[in-house]
Amino acid sequence: MSEKHAERQTGWLSSFFLVEFFRESLAISEVEIKKLLRDPTELFTRAVQPVLWLVIFGQVFSRVRGIPTGRVTYLAFLTPGILAQSVLFSAIFYGIAVIWERDLGIIHKLMVSPAHRTSLVLGKAVSSGFRGLVQVVIIYVLALVMGISLRWEPWAIGGVLLSVVLGSAIFSTFSLVIACIVKTRERFMGIGQILTMPLFFASNAIYPLELMPPWLRWFARFNPLTYLVDALRSLMIQGGHSVHSFGFDLVVMVSVFIVFLLTARRLYPTLIQ
Amino acid sequence: MKTYTAGISNPDDTKMPAGYSSAIETHELTRKFGDFTAVDSINLHVPSGRIFGLIGPNGAGKTTTIKMLTTLLEPTSGTAKVAGFDVHSSSKEVRKRIGYVPQMLSADGGLTAYENLMLSAKLYGMKRSDRKARVEDALNFMNLSESSNKLVKAYSGGMIRRLELAQAMLHMPSVLFLDEPTIGLDPVARRVVWERLIALRKEYGMTILITTHDMEEADRLCDEIALMHRGKITISGSPADLKTSVGTDANLDDVFVHYSGGVIEEGGNYRDVRKTRRTANRLA
Ligand SMILES: Nc1ncnc2c1ncn2[C@@H]1O[C@H](COP(=O)(O)OP(=O)(O)OP(=O)(O)O)[C@@H](O)[C@H]1O
Ligand SMILES: [Mg+2]
Repeated sequence: MSEKHAERQTGWLSSFFLVEFFRESLAISEVEIKKLLRDPTELFTRAVQPVLWLVIFGQVFSRVRGIPTGRVTYLAFLTPGILAQSVLFSAIFYGIAVIWERDLGIIHKLMVSPAHRTSLVLGKAVSSGFRGLVQVVIIYVLALVMGISLRWEPWAIGGVLLSVVLGSAIFSTFSLVIACIVKTRERFMGIGQILTMPLFFASNAIYPLELMPPWLRWFARFNPLTYLVDALRSLMIQGGHSVHSFGFDLVVMVSVFIVFLLTARRLYPTLIQ
Repeated sequence: MKTYTAGISNPDDTKMPAGYSSAIETHELTRKFGDFTAVDSINLHVPSGRIFGLIGPNGAGKTTTIKMLTTLLEPTSGTAKVAGFDVHSSSKEVRKRIGYVPQMLSADGGLTAYENLMLSAKLYGMKRSDRKARVEDALNFMNLSESSNKLVKAYSGGMIRRLELAQAMLHMPSVLFLDEPTIGLDPVARRVVWERLIALRKEYGMTILITTHDMEEADRLCDEIALMHRGKITISGSPADLKTSVGTDANLDDVFVHYSGGVIEEGGNYRDVRKTRRTANRLA
């Protein structure tokens, strides 16, 4: 094959929208992951909170007999909820990181490149998915130590990984949307607190939806965290029960992610104006 | 002048359309923030291959103008063409043909210089086979090859600025936008940046638009200067012409004071000063 011909081929290939799009997203997530691995302390400090929840809150609430958790112990019931929680809490920091990068001018530079704005957002979501995978490892180790019976079938583990990546992508992109709306670190700090707590408590993470008053149950149904926890509950725990099928939870999560992705893509440029 | 292919799939992608000689052209370009008019009906014409300086007090509207020309900010009214394409209707074509160094220090401190440049190479769609060579060329051109694998947070201010220039020139744009490229640099580092900018123009024929508060810099570098004040261009011309328009022994400082009605009077607000300080602090 002549050189000229080869050149035309790559030219054709890279003008193919999806190839270009994924190359850009990967380039963004690659540097994010590189930075994370270079300074992994943050990964571990983020693990402290779920440990405390499982060990302290879990142990204490195990003694309350009134929480209906089906065939599993309260601790086993709580474990998927705490994984989802640590996904939520670490993904929600993406917004503040992006505001920080905006103040440094890093976002300006990405934004003047011809890269698609959607891939700039998707790249962040992918790197957040990677963080989520680290959380999975931490929670699984912790669950083993605490003697919780986990499921080890490959497809179940695959399902957990997929759900966690999607969940991380959803909440990091949500966080990006908030950052684009509030624009300053100070305001984000306030709003971040106000948003994450209700997301966490108005979900099925630490108690089943049946326990909630109807108005709160109604709210929890619109909370993406609920679907992440629901998927994880039967995929992670032996004897665990999900209300919806895995397929249904996935469709809900993918749809929510697409809505957030498109919203973030629209708002991202306003962050630097 | 060297001919260049930036390793982009189609080298024409970074060039101006044939026969087009205006690098930047604006017509009544305006930007408002609410009721406040930050840039007020400006008409710029920068022929290609020039170094053009935009000067003026804090808050004059220089950065806002650059943001519109680099497609980061939509004009409220008026039009602008950069490298032959309209910033509003052909923003992607404009982006392929420009390089930009923001007022802040924008290189990513958590990455090495090489990684910073590699990221740009990918975002600019350079072919895999060309990326490495282009990145190394750019590092060489900015005299950074020795420290290309050091984390940028360990760099001096002058090195960061040169890295940013390397990043902005990596894809061989037709037009470079540099917002206060030497702010906070020591005199030696500043001179090195000037010398590299002159080399960029000489070797690659790039058009360069810079903003600066440093009148010596404007005098040394620019073929033409426009002075902005409260969103308007109050005067423009070559440094020599501007000086004679004020008086026989005038320097550019005198020109600045004369045409912006004395700087003490207002001179930007808290927000502007905070931004500038932040940049300077990061360099310290
Ligand atoms: N996003 C924004 N919202 C509201 N006002 C803004 C915004 N961006 C800029 N301004 C205002 O517009 C005016 C022009 O700002 P600009 O940053 O363009 O000035 P400048 O000439 O670059 O100043 P400096 O020399 O301090 O960098 C300032 O009064 C500034 O406060
Ligand atoms: Mg400015």
